[in-house]
Amino acid sequence: MIFWRAIAAATLFATAPALLAGEIPPDARRSGYAFMGPDTRAMQDDDTTNPGMLFVLDGEALWGKKTGSANKACADCHGDARSSMKGVAAHYPAFDKASGRPVTLDQRVNLCRANHQQATPLPYESRDLLALSAFVAHQSRGVAITAADDPELKPFIEQGRDLFMQREGQLNLACTNCHDDNFDKRLAGAPITQGQPTGYPLYRLEWQTLGSLERRLRSCMSGVRAQAYDYGSPELVALELYLMSRARGLPMETPAVRP
Amino acid sequence: MAALINVPAKAKRGDVIEIRTLTSHIMETGFRHTAAGDVVPRDIITSFTCRYNGAEIFRADLFPAIAANPYLSFFTVAKESGKFEFEWIGDNGYSSTASASITVE
Repeated sequence: MIFWRAIAAATLFATAPALLAGEIPPDARRSGYAFMGPDTRAMQDDDTTNPGMLFVLDGEALWGKKTGSANKACADCHGDARSSMKGVAAHYPAFDKASGRPVTLDQRVNLCRANHQQATPLPYESRDLLALSAFVAHQSRGVAITAADDPELKPFIEQGRDLFMQREGQLNLACTNCHDDNFDKRLAGAPITQGQPTGYPLYRLEWQTLGSLERRLRSCMSGVRAQAYDYGSPELVALELYLMSRARGLPMETPAVRP
Repeated sequence: MAALINVPAKAKRGDVIEIRTLTSHIMETGFRHTAAGDVVPRDIITSFTCRYNGAEIFRADLFPAIAANPYLSFFTVAKESGKFEFEWIGDNGYSSTASASITVE
């Protein structure tokens, strides 16, 4: 009897991490696009109605514009973004050897500005930074997400996963409570998605502008009445990294439109 | 400012064609306040016009309740090859133009 109980307990232990995590299997992963209504989908699908494309156009102009005391444009090093930036955003956040940490696409743009253009960093969520990131990420539209392959990223993915599973705020909710366990249900009138970051930076109709994944994460945090991490903080980058590893295989949609 | 214009490149004479325009603008209502309590001044597009070979075919007045990056679509009859000119005018001397050409067979 005790013997059987031990076996039952061992089986339970062996399967428990998967059960507790409630992680979404690869073939059940769905972009937020799948949760939207037909009107919002149509808005995203047509490049002449997708307001995110306005930012992509601005980004294209900035790509070719010389700036900073080095008087260099992005294009002077990277050439035509259509070929040089294809697939790049699909593996961000990526490991930065110099700092020994993962960096987001926004941070990479600013590192390039500091190191190669000798220009001042663009503030988070500023129009120019969003436009450049949107332009770069747009070159990866349709490319499957492959972030988090670098073995050096492992501890940071773990940190992001822990943050995703950790309850926080006055409502005492973790990301996983909605986005792993309760997607397809509704929170007030809005569908709960899986939280797959496929289309960032994306145009949110609620924001009336383009915004980064960090902005989205911060609004979820204020939603559960938690103190949001600062833009560019290691915690937000780790969360972003975990989310991208969780969305592995889904195609990029930048610039997506979301309600 | 960036604008996205969708006019069919070709049309048959007499066809009803759809023209779609999307332009960058924050459309600040003038009703919002900063955290410090100051009113954020109104900054909106107030008027849009479309000319087809110089003749005005569509005009719209815009108001504070219109969303950022206004999208306007309308129809006209393809009469002759030529050029559509678009103009957005707004607060603080804002003015932006765009154009698109069409071949009518």
